[in-house]
Amino acid sequence: MTGAAIEVIRAGPMVTVQDTGRPGLLRYGIPASGPMDRLGHAAANVACGNELGAPAIEVSAGGVELRVDVALTFGFAEASVIVSGRVVAESWGVVTVAAGGVVTVRPTDGRRWGYLAVAGTLRTTVWFGSSSTHVSSGLGGGVVATGDRFEVTNAHLRADLDGPVADPRAGDGDGPVRIVLGPQEDAFVSGAVDRLVSEPFGAGGGDRMGVRLDGPPLELADALTIPSEPVVRGSVQVAGDGVPTVLLADHQTTGGYPKIATVLTPDCDVVAQRPVGAEVRFVAVDAAEAIAVARAEAAERQRFLDGLAAPDRTLAQRLFSRNLHPGGEPD
Amino acid sequence: MRAELRWRPIGDSGVLVDFPSLDPEAAWRRVVALDREIVADDGVLESCPALVNLLVRFDPLVTDHESVGRLIESMEADDGTDLVASEHVLDITYDGPDLAGVAVATGLDADQVSAAHAGASYHVRMYGFAPGYAYLKGLPEVLGLPRKPTAARDVPAGSVIIANDQCIVTTLTMPTGWWVIGRSSTPILTPRSARPARFAVGDVVRFRQAS
Repeated sequence: MTGAAIEVIRAGPMVTVQDTGRPGLLRYGIPASGPMDRLGHAAANVACGNELGAPAIEVSAGGVELRVDVALTFGFAEASVIVSGRVVAESWGVVTVAAGGVVTVRPTDGRRWGYLAVAGTLRTTVWFGSSSTHVSSGLGGGVVATGDRFEVTNAHLRADLDGPVADPRAGDGDGPVRIVLGPQEDAFVSGAVDRLVSEPFGAGGGDRMGVRLDGPPLELADALTIPSEPVVRGSVQVAGDGVPTVLLADHQTTGGYPKIATVLTPDCDVVAQRPVGAEVRFVAVDAAEAIAVARAEAAERQRFLDGLAAPDRTLAQRLFSRNLHPGGEPD
Repeated sequence: MRAELRWRPIGDSGVLVDFPSLDPEAAWRRVVALDREIVADDGVLESCPALVNLLVRFDPLVTDHESVGRLIESMEADDGTDLVASEHVLDITYDGPDLAGVAVATGLDADQVSAAHAGASYHVRMYGFAPGYAYLKGLPEVLGLPRKPTAARDVPAGSVIIANDQCIVTTLTMPTGWWVIGRSSTPILTPRSARPARFAVGDVVRFRQAS
């Protein structure tokens, strides 16, 4: 048990503190927020011995550079990690940084969001029971800025866990994104739904509120005005210009644009991680299939996280990882 | 006869409930009444009422769209015709930068504008746009103005803003094209208390001039 501090030497834009979020407050205009990539966030925590919902740092393209005042162990996911000038990893894993060491973290190539968890408790501001940052208000744990200092309590050095962790998405991160059509799919011109599920889209610009999709326009049949209605993480809303946007963690809770579809929960995070320009293809499933997918994915996620938390996981995961990433093993 | 309730699946963990044959006012009342009957239990996580429909979110590991849809169809003891509403009073100081502009545009003087605003009672129609932004409906017709042609920047939290037939007490510093007529020191969101916000959708709000 040691107290410790992390100093932010430099932080790019959209670096935030996130725990699992604050669900249940949509009725007050408050989205759940939480990590853009929930699996990556959970894995970074569990890999270094934390509870999966602990506050961790979410990093966007600009990255973050931190100095530790005492030795600390970090879990990371979807991240490129450099410790005191030496490249440690381009993936998922655990690294222990010596006292005075500098750790630089960016999303790994081909991803938008990376995660860094410190083994211990990252002390943050809590809002409505959660450290998750709602970026447009700055409420919650907060946007991480150059010069910030984080206190870490209950820091536990876990150098025994150091090493890579197998990327659970290796090989299947590029599949089609599953959607349930509606609720306003009938408001579009005939052919719009067909285009949505048959033609490729490109991941466009975006932020924690949502990601725009470049592709064939999805035209409305009439200039439809609908009364503002509740929207969810995953809503595919289409503005008057026919450009769809997938709403994500910090979405507004209501909106007046028609929604052609909703992306399934696990696939929201896949869309969020696709880099600008990457292909996004959609496949429609019905409500019963969506439930089956949600249950299967939750079980898969649990198996992966249980494996990470298991006392003997280090050896097993390392062997697994060595097979997946020959030559990628740090010393 | 009671108008038909319709529900549609939203992704893997929600249903959207509406009343297609009802006019907006009757639909909103049904939404509020139904919302009050829904409890977070048996996999139902939360409900979110809006102007003419209601979202119900559920845990897909526990329940599914059909079960939640059937549950909702079995509810509706109340159709919302006689909504019982809690009433809340917010302090207000009428010193907003647009008070004079509203007076000019409506042909009133500033005291008449504030008297008209403070004399009305408002229904909390829905929350949206940003945390704690409650759309309060009931602005007197005489104050009904379209949004300003250009938005003002950095309008501070706690501003009381009006446009068309609605009023909002802002909770964040943001740009707005609504008319800023005053400010309220009464916080809307109350994260440290048992209730997350001062009032719920369906409640009634009144304003009282701070002395």
